[in-house]
Amino acid sequence: MPEVTLKIFRGDREGGQTADYQVPVSPGMVVLDALHYVQKHLAPDLAVRWNCKAGRCGSCSAEVNGRPRLTCKTRMDSLPGDRPVTILPMKSFPVIKDLVTDVSWNYKVNKKIPGFKPRPKTEWKMRQEDVDRVQEFRKCIECFLCQNVCHVLRDHGKHEQFGGPRFFVRVAALEMHPLDGISRAALLKNELGLGFCNITKCCTEVCPEEIHITDNAIIPMKERVVDEFYDPVLKLVRRIRGEKSARE
Amino acid sequence: MNGKYETHEHDVLVIGAGGAGLRAAIEALAQGASVGVVSKSLLGKAHTVMAEGGIAAAMANVDAADDWRTHFRDTMRGGKLLNHWRMAQIHAHEAGDRVRELEQWGALFDRTEDGRILQRAFGGHSFKRLCHVGDRTGLEMIRTLQDRGVQMGIDVYMECTVTRLLTDGDRVAGAFAYWRENGRFVVFKAKSIVLATGGIGKAYPVTSNSWEYTGDGMALAYATGAELMDMEFVQFHPTGMVWPPGVQGLLVTEAVRGEGGLLRNKLGERFMQRYDPQRMELSTRDVVARAIYTEVREGRGSEHGGAFLDISHKPAEYVKRKLPSMYHQFLELADVDITRSAMEVGPTCHYMMGGLRVDPETAACTVPGLFAAGEVAAGLHGANRLGGNSLSDLLVFGRRAGFAAAEYAKKQSWPALDPAEIAQGEGEMLCVFERQAGDTPYAVHADLQQLMQNLVGIFRTEEDLKSALTGIERLKDRMGRVGVPGTRMFNPGWHLYADMKSMLAIAEAVTRSALARKESRGAHSRLDYPKTDATWGEQNNIIRRHGSEMVLEQSPVPKMPAELQTLLAEEKGAGA
Repeated sequence: MPEVTLKIFRGDREGGQTADYQVPVSPGMVVLDALHYVQKHLAPDLAVRWNCKAGRCGSCSAEVNGRPRLTCKTRMDSLPGDRPVTILPMKSFPVIKDLVTDVSWNYKVNKKIPGFKPRPKTEWKMRQEDVDRVQEFRKCIECFLCQNVCHVLRDHGKHEQFGGPRFFVRVAALEMHPLDGISRAALLKNELGLGFCNITKCCTEVCPEEIHITDNAIIPMKERVVDEFYDPVLKLVRRIRGEKSARE
Repeated sequence: MNGKYETHEHDVLVIGAGGAGLRAAIEALAQGASVGVVSKSLLGKAHTVMAEGGIAAAMANVDAADDWRTHFRDTMRGGKLLNHWRMAQIHAHEAGDRVRELEQWGALFDRTEDGRILQRAFGGHSFKRLCHVGDRTGLEMIRTLQDRGVQMGIDVYMECTVTRLLTDGDRVAGAFAYWRENGRFVVFKAKSIVLATGGIGKAYPVTSNSWEYTGDGMALAYATGAELMDMEFVQFHPTGMVWPPGVQGLLVTEAVRGEGGLLRNKLGERFMQRYDPQRMELSTRDVVARAIYTEVREGRGSEHGGAFLDISHKPAEYVKRKLPSMYHQFLELADVDITRSAMEVGPTCHYMMGGLRVDPETAACTVPGLFAAGEVAAGLHGANRLGGNSLSDLLVFGRRAGFAAAEYAKKQSWPALDPAEIAQGEGEMLCVFERQAGDTPYAVHADLQQLMQNLVGIFRTEEDLKSALTGIERLKDRMGRVGVPGTRMFNPGWHLYADMKSMLAIAEAVTRSALARKESRGAHSRLDYPKTDATWGEQNNIIRRHGSEMVLEQSPVPKMPAELQTLLAEEKGAGA
């Protein structure tokens, strides 16, 4: 069986460096299989977060040869076989140990978002066409790879002022739910800092669920904020019609 | 007294944050209890996310003739009548309300033409009954419950593993746990506990289950004196991936067959003709799993030891829309485009029908203050579970367990924690660092998995099961000697050591029950007792701890009322 060298980050909050491990490669093997091999045979205390190994739970995110990936869906044979494979933890979150990072910040952001609130006297009927676009967002497995690559977080560290692509997708899913009755435009503008996003689409590129984060979630949400806060004509029309507004 | 440890107090402690645990927590919160949820993983990653096909509920949105009676009948027949009739009745009654509730909390199911929740066909169900979201129903369900819980202010202790339940006399008093991140110990004091820890799949090498499925809840409760029931019934899902090796066991949803997928052997025969000509591919899982296994054993299997499952006769766009995860899974992991060619599939360890013996109304275990819901509990599914009945089980009995645990807590004073128990809990986790690392938990785990696959798998014999028991004893000895290198900081070797204690106890329970049941029924197939036996059909196997011994005895299956017996005898339905 051919062998490959893995260069895996070993360390914790205090720092660390990569260590080399030789791993035999079998057909169809994914990076997470290789990490498990290392745990089993070479370094039993190598910290890796994973659950399903089926691309369903979004736990095993890491940076493989510089690309943010789910290690359970990254085939070894998709990587160049003649040089070492480098596996580092996600950069935008503090390292706990080895490949495990502290992603608790995401759960704090999520708590700021008001949940689904049905309109009064809702009749529970929806058309598939209206559900389709929300179902795209509901595919999100919370792997946080989009958060990891977003330069607002990765390079500028604006975790305090910015929610990140994952939560724009979450808000978009709520806002576009055919039966939802509240507006989250003020939240997007103020607390989640949607304005910081300058639509470079890095998030869309790394999404393992192929959600069109920028085009289908972020841009429509930006438009919604503009409509709510910066369009005087629309605002007047809304007031006359008595429609909902983020500022009421 | 516990100054040494971080301590948290809750009226109700829920262990497990999958569908059942979250539904229980939501209900207990709604009843005014203070609730803590402890989870081995991050919130939203529990095994429920992997459920694909749907939630079974007789809502009659697609087939108007469906109702709870038919669902009840299908469930009982699927379980070979070993189910607790009352659980099956409650489940069939309440599943629809629980699905509607999810929708009202924001879940978005696929729709019918007239805008209602769409339902699809599934094995063993007489009507189109499974409410679904493509092939990612579990994700939709867990996200909905997670969001609901977060909105209600749920306290979640993420990446925290319970290694011991604490007691005060007969009743439960709390739990002893460690943080996975830094290895520090933490004590939970609680008036009642809901176990929602799922199944045992990781005791087998070929499984669709995530790493968390190590039988923790069953082992914790067993150690505390609770009774286990019908542990011999381990479901092998007929269709797991078989190639390449790294993905062996990964689930291929039954929805492929629900949407019209056909099973063939290497000769191109639709072999289900030989095993269940009436229901063919949509026969129950036990039958289809044995059929594929038999085809392979008799030399008619595929190249990598499976059967062919083919949906490529359906339009490519339809396949991609109804089975998007399957499409991507095969394309990315096996280089197979399922819209063009067949999948190679074979049985994979999928679900535990057995588990903790519970009261049907309240989900109470046989230890006061302890409740259990979802896969960790026994009774609803009897000898074989129908697809789609698991997600509905989580919701129906998760809610009931949460309600009953909150009610119980209201009537109780705070229990006292026993420092000796806590010290024991600490000792059994720390001793492993003092040993010379030779044998590792990884090696013992791999050997246990091979043993279970070879000797306690789909087909069983007395000889194999006896040698399995001897083997398990040897593995226990080895676990008493393994060492773990490294520190307590996020150390997977140490984590596996904790999980192995549960897996070994559960493996023994499965083997003992399988040895005792001298018949074949549902998922339990004995080559030396190939027939179904009417006497065994009236017996549940019960396991409890007696000192350090595991004792097993039979208990009569609860008798169902006359009107349900009549209902069951009616000819309608998917047949037995």
